[in-house]
Amino acid sequence: MPNAIPIPDQTPRLQLRTITKRYPGCLANDAIDLSIAPGEIHALLGENGAGKSTLMKIIYGVVHADAGEMLWQGQRVNLRNPAQARSLGIGMVFQHFSLFETLSVAQNIALAMGAAAGTPKQLEPKIREVSQRYGMPLEPERLIHSLSIGERQRVEIIRCLMQDIRLLILDEPTSVLTPQEADDLFVTLRRLAAEGCSILFISHKLGEVRALCHSATVLRGGRVAGHCVPAECSDQQLARLMVGEAAGLITDYPKAKGTEAFLQIKGLSWHNPDPFGCSLTDIDLEVRSGEIVGIAGVAGNGQDELLALLSGEQRLSHDAGATISFGGHPVAHWPPDARRRHGLAFVPAERLGHGAVPELSLADNALLTAFQQGLVSKGLVQRRKVEALAQDIIQRFGVKTPDSQAPARSLSGGNLQKFILGREILQQPKLLVAAHPTWGVDVGAAATIHRALIALRDAGAAILVISEDLDELFQIGDRLGALCGGRLSPLQATADTCLIDVGGWMAGRFDAPQSPASATL
Amino acid sequence: MLLSLEPRGQQSRLMLWCSPLLAAVLTLSCGSLLFAALGHDPLLTLQTLLIAPVSDGYGVSELLVKALPILLCALGLAVAYQARIWNIGAEGQLLIGALAGSALAVNIIDMQSRWALVLILLTGTLAGAAWAGLTAWLRTRFNANEILTSIMLNYIALNLLLFCVHGPLKDPDGFNFPQSAMFGDASRLPLLMEDGRIHVGVYFALLALVAVWVLLQKSFVGFQIKVLGLDKRAAGFVGFREKRLIWLALLISGGLAGLAGVCEVAGPIGQLVPQVSPGYGYAAITVAFLGRLNPIGILFSSLLMALLYIGGENAQMSMNLPQAITQLFQGMMLFFLLASDVLILYRPRLNLRWPRRAPATAMQAGAL
Repeated sequence: MPNAIPIPDQTPRLQLRTITKRYPGCLANDAIDLSIAPGEIHALLGENGAGKSTLMKIIYGVVHADAGEMLWQGQRVNLRNPAQARSLGIGMVFQHFSLFETLSVAQNIALAMGAAAGTPKQLEPKIREVSQRYGMPLEPERLIHSLSIGERQRVEIIRCLMQDIRLLILDEPTSVLTPQEADDLFVTLRRLAAEGCSILFISHKLGEVRALCHSATVLRGGRVAGHCVPAECSDQQLARLMVGEAAGLITDYPKAKGTEAFLQIKGLSWHNPDPFGCSLTDIDLEVRSGEIVGIAGVAGNGQDELLALLSGEQRLSHDAGATISFGGHPVAHWPPDARRRHGLAFVPAERLGHGAVPELSLADNALLTAFQQGLVSKGLVQRRKVEALAQDIIQRFGVKTPDSQAPARSLSGGNLQKFILGREILQQPKLLVAAHPTWGVDVGAAATIHRALIALRDAGAAILVISEDLDELFQIGDRLGALCGGRLSPLQATADTCLIDVGGWMAGRFDAPQSPASATL
Repeated sequence: MLLSLEPRGQQSRLMLWCSPLLAAVLTLSCGSLLFAALGHDPLLTLQTLLIAPVSDGYGVSELLVKALPILLCALGLAVAYQARIWNIGAEGQLLIGALAGSALAVNIIDMQSRWALVLILLTGTLAGAAWAGLTAWLRTRFNANEILTSIMLNYIALNLLLFCVHGPLKDPDGFNFPQSAMFGDASRLPLLMEDGRIHVGVYFALLALVAVWVLLQKSFVGFQIKVLGLDKRAAGFVGFREKRLIWLALLISGGLAGLAGVCEVAGPIGQLVPQVSPGYGYAAITVAFLGRLNPIGILFSSLLMALLYIGGENAQMSMNLPQAITQLFQGMMLFFLLASDVLILYRPRLNLRWPRRAPATAMQAGAL
């Protein structure tokens, strides 16, 4: 697609000169230079821990650089807080959302915009208008806690678009969107850029960086590894800039057939008491030992509900126990620990606050789900064994951390996800349910996670992956399906389906014609 | 700004130990200034407040008698607070423990066996636990906020005690004074020493200290309580039973407070009186946090709190210091202790020159 390259000899909208930031024990940013022209869409690429987040926080005024200077439209600025950054016209969509869960969409937006913007009620029409203009449907009066991850991100994006914005920073914005939605977002972003707004776009999906961004800065280990024009580079070249060597990052895994069905869901219907939630209707699903089943779908179409029913956080009555069974045992009425004893392992969508306790050390977080693996004797925690398990996970899955006593909160997303996945895999589960396993995770860590899942599959475990990343599902899934409005499409072998079919299922067209032409990718 | 705090990223082991010392130095120096300004000799006043109360065996035993109920209540509260269950009801649980123990004791005054004492202690502990159980039931059954229910139960407990001491439990030979009959000898806690009032309740406290330490630091139940407090969703997704843990934490909390109450009536007091507790249950809340919810820390902070109680009374009597001043001194000490704790997670940084105001301020005005 033709991206209008902005006029080069203009004062840059934002210029960074030798920005340096040191944290206790690590140099997060080492003399970083960056320049963004008005109307330019600039990509910031890099592994987790490369210093992208720190750099963005410096630009947004959350963190203060130790050295270096920042020029805003040619003038030196010293941002002391995000409010000041916002008043300059800098907006940011964080990867971890900063929304108040008990407030409504409109109240959250009103809070961020300050008193001058008016009351939440006054903002509602404008929120509707902006959300419609940019193709992101959103009801302003809904409460945040009832929104899915994808919908929450829409709130964050719209919150920035409500203001008069000159630089929009987006941290992995497309990770929760369908391909169609991502394309819509790109249209929005291009329109914004054409209006003169600069965009700093952080993503690890190289394809979309190439499709969208005019230029890119690649960070590695806190330094600038290179500048490039993404449209002229291949995935391999970009990946090599990011991680140093790109071998084994992008692979095709052989597909497997699996043996006997381990997880069986028969006619599962569940009415969600939450009026904004999604109810499940008549779900039938089988996952065989030794295969990976991938479930696609846009956020809020029943994924959270299905996951809660599978993990045991949501239990059914005793009579309905047989609607979910593990290897023939009815389990739908069992609590989570009993299901775990029967071979379940579970990786929730949210790493901090669900999959791991942020304040506790990695060792304690290993104990969190592995407590039935002989780590507790006579009611006392066997510290030495817990420690050994944590060390084992850290080593086998290449988790970057000072030691096993580091709090989970201090790890980057990808590292923590490797730890969580490692913790579940080392329990040798018969069934692993993973939600968004590589959401917001860099290429290197994603490849590690995919390899680990494939290895677990080949060892004979049944794996169910619920993800919004279609590339990922096609890459590792052996059979695919999609959730839409609480219904599950029939499953198809990955080799016999294509992106268009899955896109159709995600939109609720389960009887999409299986023409021979669509069977080839 | 000249002095700024920046996060350390992790706890500083050094400051963990130094912050109480720093607080002590600050309290002593500011306290001296305060006393000097009021025209008292600072050193003498501090001596009266902090050293005189524990300068002889009797003083130490009084300190322990005072610290005992605070320690027991605070240990129980630490368990509940680790689970982020804000039990404010230790006072009420203590009173109910004292009341139930006394109700039994006045009916078995003539019993000679040592089992009388065991029965009384057991009754008090169970009654305290049951009183906390009410809070647990309201919380788990109706999702009622435990802060409100436990405070309200405090007043119910106090009035129940007053009713009983003026009515059914009043000593028939007591000249109509609102107090129960003295307990039988067999139902009193034996003294540890000839002089002083220190009694075997100290052993219960030590036992409780070890038990709570093992529970919180070593046991898997303690780990579950901690996880529940930090992150309810994580606890749910691995199948920790939230309701069961809430019950457990509150029952332990109430049981220990009830034990503290029954130890008061069966120990130093020897009968049920309206003023069983001068607010031990409330002091224990401060003590629990001051000890950072750690059993060892709580031991020290309960001793400190008891010292401040006794020292304050001492200074009022011997130096004519107004009560407000000793309370001010107590408040100062607590303030400095909590303030110094900030340094465990944050590092102070002194910027000697003012940062230049960048043109951002001008820009800001333009942009608005």
